Amino acid sequence: MSILIDKEKRVLIQGITGREGMTRAKLMMDYGSQVVAGCTPGKKGEVVHGVTVYDTVQEAVEATGRIDVSVIFVPAPLIKGAALEAIEAGVKLLVIVPDRVPIYDVLEIAEAAEQNGAQFVGPNTLGVISPGKAVVGMIGGRARTANEWFKPGPVGVMSRSGGITSAISYYLTQEGLGQTTAIHVGGDAVVGLPLHEVVKHFQADDETRMVVMFGEIGTAQEEKVADLIEQGKFTKPLVAFVGGKAAKSGTRFSHAGAIVEGNRGSHEGKVKRLREVGAHVVDAFGDIPKVARRVLEEAGKQSGDA
Amino acid sequence: MARLFEYQGKEILSRMKIPIPKGQVARTPEEAEEAARSIGKPVIIKAQAWVTGRASLGGIRKADSADEARKAAEAILGMEMKGFTVNEVLVEEQIDIDQEFYAGVIIDDVARRPVVIVSSMGGTGIEEIAQSHPDKVATQKVKITRGLPAHDARNLWRKVGISGKLQMKLGNALVGLYNMCRKYEARSGEINPLVVTNDGQVMAADCRLTVDDYAVFRHPDLGIEIARELDRPATPLEKIAYQVEAVDYRGTFYFIQMAQGFREGEGYIGFHGAGGGGSMMSMDALLKRGYKIANFTDTSGNPPSSKVYRAARIILSQEGLDGYFASGSGVASQEQFHSARGFVKAFREVGLSIPAVIRLGGNFEEEAIEILGKCASGLPSKLEAYGRDDSPDFCAERLQLLIEEQKKAGLRSFTPRKRNPARKPYRFETVTGSIEIDHACCVQCKDKPCVAACTREILKIEDSAPVLAQEVAVVKKGRCTECLACEIACEFEGNGGLWIDLPIPELKE
Ligand code: SF4
Ligand code: SF4
Repeated sequence: MSILIDKEKRVLIQGITGREGMTRAKLMMDYGSQVVAGCTPGKKGEVVHGVTVYDTVQEAVEATGRIDVSVIFVPAPLIKGAALEAIEAGVKLLVIVPDRVPIYDVLEIAEAAEQNGAQFVGPNTLGVISPGKAVVGMIGGRARTANEWFKPGPVGVMSRSGGITSAISYYLTQEGLGQTTAIHVGGDAVVGLPLHEVVKHFQADDETRMVVMFGEIGTAQEEKVADLIEQGKFTKPLVAFVGGKAAKSGTRFSHAGAIVEGNRGSHEGKVKRLREVGAHVVDAFGDIPKVARRVLEEAGKQSGDA
Repeated sequence: MARLFEYQGKEILSRMKIPIPKGQVARTPEEAEEAARSIGKPVIIKAQAWVTGRASLGGIRKADSADEARKAAEAILGMEMKGFTVNEVLVEEQIDIDQEFYAGVIIDDVARRPVVIVSSMGGTGIEEIAQSHPDKVATQKVKITRGLPAHDARNLWRKVGISGKLQMKLGNALVGLYNMCRKYEARSGEINPLVVTNDGQVMAADCRLTVDDYAVFRHPDLGIEIARELDRPATPLEKIAYQVEAVDYRGTFYFIQMAQGFREGEGYIGFHGAGGGGSMMSMDALLKRGYKIANFTDTSGNPPSSKVYRAARIILSQEGLDGYFASGSGVASQEQFHSARGFVKAFREVGLSIPAVIRLGGNFEEEAIEILGKCASGLPSKLEAYGRDDSPDFCAERLQLLIEEQKKAGLRSFTPRKRNPARKPYRFETVTGSIEIDHACCVQCKDKPCVAACTREILKIEDSAPVLAQEVAVVKKGRCTECLACEIACEFEGNGGLWIDLPIPELKE
């Protein structure tokens, strides 16, 4: 199994006629995602890489029967409109790739999603990939490299940094550890599916035997993951790395969205809290694959003993 | 985040019908004197700076006459406060305060809603109040489509023991503050203290407002010069960098200076990252080796080569650097040769005189490393390029070795890449610059590699020289992606007749 995305999911691309939309449509289809429609207002009838373009999401839903996921590539100021349109047309999972989406727009999208039982990844996400099955967003760049970097296997990967999502997966693959799903939750302070929500999906997925997490300073996501472990709601082994030791207080590192606010969100605070509840926090990023392998082997032994 | 000064915040508050003391901003002692005279009452002079505890730093003074106001302003203007130079003061009527309260709005990333906070105690920091007197603080998460109705606001004040007429007035002020934050898309907004004067009026005695960087474009009336999260005003170089970003929306370019006034040998490294997570690990790798970060730069989100070039030029314009370190996540989805070309152009034009290590792992990294390798041999300092299988730690170690080596061996000889006046110029414009081809060189150029290098099919050969194969306007609008491939092909395999001009306004040569 995998989470959020697989071969069966029917995918719509909003903004498919733009520079990024067009390029990444090809990646997704080459990799095996089921892209069934595109949407750009005013461009009905165009065809991009064999995919039919519709004027509205509602129209795409009616014409194709069912849309499970919409990947959004429109410019940041238009994201709110596009996202609300998809949510109201009944799409249950959105992947919002662009960055610089104004925060109040994200709050409005979040409220609409909540009311309609929808979820969204991002904004400012590289996307989600379930190796060997499907990819949504731009993670992997092109199918050839995506196939090389990501392999199917037992590890769930979640990260607050886009590039690092690929990096972790690639290094795990080198170590012989494949992934169920790798997800970049998005670099902004407010995101649709933060780490503590993703971890619940991994908990429910039988094939995910452990999770590797890349956290960052700022926000309360890592602390919330620790809370879930403490409450017994997340019980699989967790290997974590928290980036941003170098960050000066009050300085945000680009779209990493890392803001140090007092102790909450600080590097030390997160590491301490995660260790308290038994997560394997590594100090060096390069140690992740080795530690993941060890942790997985130990977990295997335990379940073998039982 | 884009922070506003107290006087700017208050101006907006008053537009939202929240009373503020009568006041005027002044940039010179004379202006302060004039302001005090026109207010015609005893005044208070307040330093405009984004720091807390201004009073204890001597940044707030009372003045009973216009003359005293001038003297107070003289003392405050130009003052250094926690690294912040005071350029403006707010001259305000003195008010007789009877009671102090607190009102604030902040975005809660967990609830994904704005939260309004009130307290019956004001003046000091809200964290301290919440710690020492939790019963005197009340909060409410706001449903964004519902907003904050007056009765919610009054109920909040009720929870901290306020009733009657005062509750109503404070309630109105809170609704005004919330609406202001919503309208101007504030990440946070605070009135501390919100006061009641001796004659019973509710007034905002201070105001701190931080606007969401990503929403600044929707509020030109705020006149925010640089929408970046800084705890001090922008440096001249940061302003130059911000202008580059402001006129080119392809990809992200972020530049802040972490240090200034350093000298060679002190261990400051020009840092150039790609993507937040990888950048932080890469900086950690430098810090571990005892180096210091001169600047933080990020070019990510698939920027064109021209943007990476400008970023590199801006980083290199800092004096006193000991090295250049570019390192991102290591496994980037973006095509890495774009960055490589940007680096090559910048390094050759300035004649790179500090060792550089470039870690460009990801899509098409082999091509990227090859391009950098080609240019490395001709530079005064050593340049090394690495890919996804080389860790930031390893690359930082390489940089350290190169720096040590250069200390002993010195610089290699080099003639910087100069632009010669064209004898037979052929010019066309691109999105942010222009391309000039000297057809006098082209006639003798055997393979004319510039044409094949352009995957956007912009060039064709006519009379044995390259000319546009597309319409001028189409090329300028973005058909030419400023990928720099033609220039690099021309330089390394052609006859050196092509120059891409990418100006960086106000950057010193
Ligand atoms: S490679 Fe350079 S010199 Fe040769 S034709 Fe092209 S522009 Fe002219
Ligand atoms: S003319 Fe072609 S090769 Fe040259 S910068 Fe423009 S797009 Fe790139």
